[in-house]
Amino acid sequence: MNHLFEFLLRQGDNVLVLGHRTSEWCGVAPALEEDIALANTALDLIGQTQLWLGYAAEVEGAGRSANDLAYQRDVYDFRNLLMLEVPNDDFGRTLMRQFLFDAFQVPWLTALLQSDDQQVADIAAKSLKEALYHLDRSSETVIMLGDGTEHSNARMQAALNYLFPYAGEMFADDATDIAMDDSGVAPLPSAMRAAWTQTVEKVLGEACLTLPDTAFAHSGGRTGFRHTEHLGHMLATMQTLQRSYPGATW
Amino acid sequence: MSKEWPLWEVFIRGQHGMSHRHVGSLHAVDAEHAIKNARDVYTRRNEGVSIWVVMAKDIAASSPSDKGPLYEPARDKVYRHPTFYDIPEDVGKM
Repeated sequence: MNHLFEFLLRQGDNVLVLGHRTSEWCGVAPALEEDIALANTALDLIGQTQLWLGYAAEVEGAGRSANDLAYQRDVYDFRNLLMLEVPNDDFGRTLMRQFLFDAFQVPWLTALLQSDDQQVADIAAKSLKEALYHLDRSSETVIMLGDGTEHSNARMQAALNYLFPYAGEMFADDATDIAMDDSGVAPLPSAMRAAWTQTVEKVLGEACLTLPDTAFAHSGGRTGFRHTEHLGHMLATMQTLQRSYPGATW
Repeated sequence: MSKEWPLWEVFIRGQHGMSHRHVGSLHAVDAEHAIKNARDVYTRRNEGVSIWVVMAKDIAASSPSDKGPLYEPARDKVYRHPTFYDIPEDVGKM
């Protein structure tokens, strides 16, 4: 197995899948301001995808492009976290997911600045500026809604209860992570747990939300072993054009 | 109680702008939220380097019906424009 290729797919697929989910709000978000903010976030994430998958394609060396990887792979070839592929459901879950992911991305991309692989360090540097703003915004919104009305608090708590069992997958090291750590490309994801927990506990505390008392973690997304039923439906929408008209450009 | 977020007026200073200019308005729950929304709504095309927001209700405005007494007296006082003087070249931009 080409561990660097695998590692890059994980980075790219995370932001691709979350970017697509976020883009589903375009035109239907609860407020015009949030609609534009979510579209901006989605565009940031798709931009990051182009960099990660572009480098992945280069490393693979099989003549595929970033677009081929994004639009012509099927469910079992995707390496994103399960948390990022589950449906948006409501605005609360969308914001909570963004927050739980941002709280990981910021320390993760910060650590990747030190990567021995210069291209990884460069992509991290560009992505980090965006991730810092995303974290700022998602934390603030989670606090506003959690510490809002009884109704908004209940919906944010429901979102947290639903998503929390998916969060543990972010920190589950495997052979690829160990190979990346050994070669100086990236630290182990498990090393991010302390920083993530600190951010999450602080923000959720301010948001008057309670962390579910469970250590259970779904897995299978980042290894590609088992995705949820939702990813296939999402890809059917996301990939329809390239599937119907392979190679179409504009 | 209104469920609508309060209205804010947004002022942006551009890359080469000397002062903040009014660019529009938006809704937000508080000042910090308004600045973030302004960033997302009004600076997506690299328009600004600084943002001011102020609650629309906090702006005191002159009344359009007072137009006559407020502005008309200035109309016939052309001598208030410094157009009757020659400004030396080396004074620069006034």
